[in-house]
Amino acid sequence: MTENSLNENQGIEAVSWNRKHLLDIDDFSTSEFDLVMKTADVMKDVLSRPIKKVPALRGKTIGTLFYEPSTRTRSSFELAAKNLSADVVNLAASSSSIAKGENLIDTVHTLEAVGVDVLIMRHPIAGASHLAARYAKSSIINAGDGAHAHPTQALLDMYTILKHKPCIQGLKIVILGDSRHSRVARSNIWGFTAMGASVTLCGPRSLLPVGLTGQHAVYSNIKLETDISLALDGADVVMALRMQKERQSAGLIPDIREYVAQFRLTSERLAAARPDVVVMHPGPVNEDIEISSEVASGPHSVINEQVSNGLAVRMAVLYLITGGNKE
Amino acid sequence: MEPIIILNREDIRRTLGRMAHEIIETNKNLSKIIMIGMRTRGVPLANRLAAYIKAYEEARIPVGVLDFSLYRDDLGSRDLQPAVKSTSIPSGIDGKVVILVDDVLFTGRSARAAMDALIDLGRPSAIKLAVLVDRGHRELPIRADYVGKNIPSSKDEEVQVKLSETDNLDEVSIYKNSEAGKCL
Repeated sequence: MTENSLNENQGIEAVSWNRKHLLDIDDFSTSEFDLVMKTADVMKDVLSRPIKKVPALRGKTIGTLFYEPSTRTRSSFELAAKNLSADVVNLAASSSSIAKGENLIDTVHTLEAVGVDVLIMRHPIAGASHLAARYAKSSIINAGDGAHAHPTQALLDMYTILKHKPCIQGLKIVILGDSRHSRVARSNIWGFTAMGASVTLCGPRSLLPVGLTGQHAVYSNIKLETDISLALDGADVVMALRMQKERQSAGLIPDIREYVAQFRLTSERLAAARPDVVVMHPGPVNEDIEISSEVASGPHSVINEQVSNGLAVRMAVLYLITGGNKE
Repeated sequence: MEPIIILNREDIRRTLGRMAHEIIETNKNLSKIIMIGMRTRGVPLANRLAAYIKAYEEARIPVGVLDFSLYRDDLGSRDLQPAVKSTSIPSGIDGKVVILVDDVLFTGRSARAAMDALIDLGRPSAIKLAVLVDRGHRELPIRADYVGKNIPSSKDEEVQVKLSETDNLDEVSIYKNSEAGKCL
């Protein structure tokens, strides 16, 4: 550090963020959540301006590496990077050398060789981004790894709730549907319980996660419930998950119609929740399977807000993660 | 080295009063002025200048807050990102005379970043710069329109502005930065 930059640092409040990668939020402190939320507020303000672009990440190159299809996450990250003036290179597994058999670590090194500073990665196998982070010089952001984690989705869900509720603490949050296969549910459970909410996972027994019960303090705020009317009773937030047809080959539910009959979020069922209940869905919505179209586009729904807030939250994450040389 | 106090509370009050008079004197149409404080200590200074102008001329000057962190030119080289805070400009800045207010003018890089941030928000008819202290050592071709006090300083000195709103005390001091010059 030069003499000059030292003087320049005087009077500038720096963030307390020491993460090089964003792989999961299961070890986030409440102050880290708070920092992301506050930074996202500033980014949301930028997005409301006629010129929705700031030069913060000028000269940085951000790569997206998606081994699974995605519309909103990938485009949201790409736009977030562009709004911060970074350059973006998009790589889809199906149309790259991955299709020729290049392995994950080689692909990461190749992208780094062309100058990628941050790599946003989605992969069907849990832990893939952790593996990449072990070998990467660049920062890795996990945009979904198998059924494991989807940290930015959880952060944007938390942010969206905070736009409607004064705080997360004390809320009853219901996650409805296939939480066993859902990385969105998994990341949200860590985020919501860390902030002091109680989380009820509701769905057929075969689609509820295992291993979330035990002596550890965090488990006391997680409940499993197979009766939707009990689950929704007094709920502050209801999040319906997408029925992941691509992960249902194991035959965990006998028939999709039976699931619809018992667990679809309808306005009749929603009446058991609090009058100011917030209805969420990580998208894409299978209309009239996990949620009725009436509820999905009804007055309690914040589904579209989630998408636009996702942009602000991802800008915040990119800004925080690109600071300095962290090891 | 012990800090040397350059301005005390009374000095700061008189200095800001004089700057307010200069602003009134050089801006015929006070209704076109909007005062924008650069975070952090430019904000209370902007509020105080606006209050003095109101006391002297009965003119209500809108005051805004500008956070220019996202426009800094050293983001890539810093160890930690600066914390970004909200920007709030009370009305549009198109066609207005914006007076940017900061505590210390040093290299000019903050003023550059602030001007870039402002221009992304609209097209003011003019941007002027008001600073409580000008300590020299400019690295960019920038000068202030209203200066409270010129403090010639050496690069290994630190000029510290404390304001009651942020530091519970009104004081400008200069001291030798013992860390400066060390190879870090």
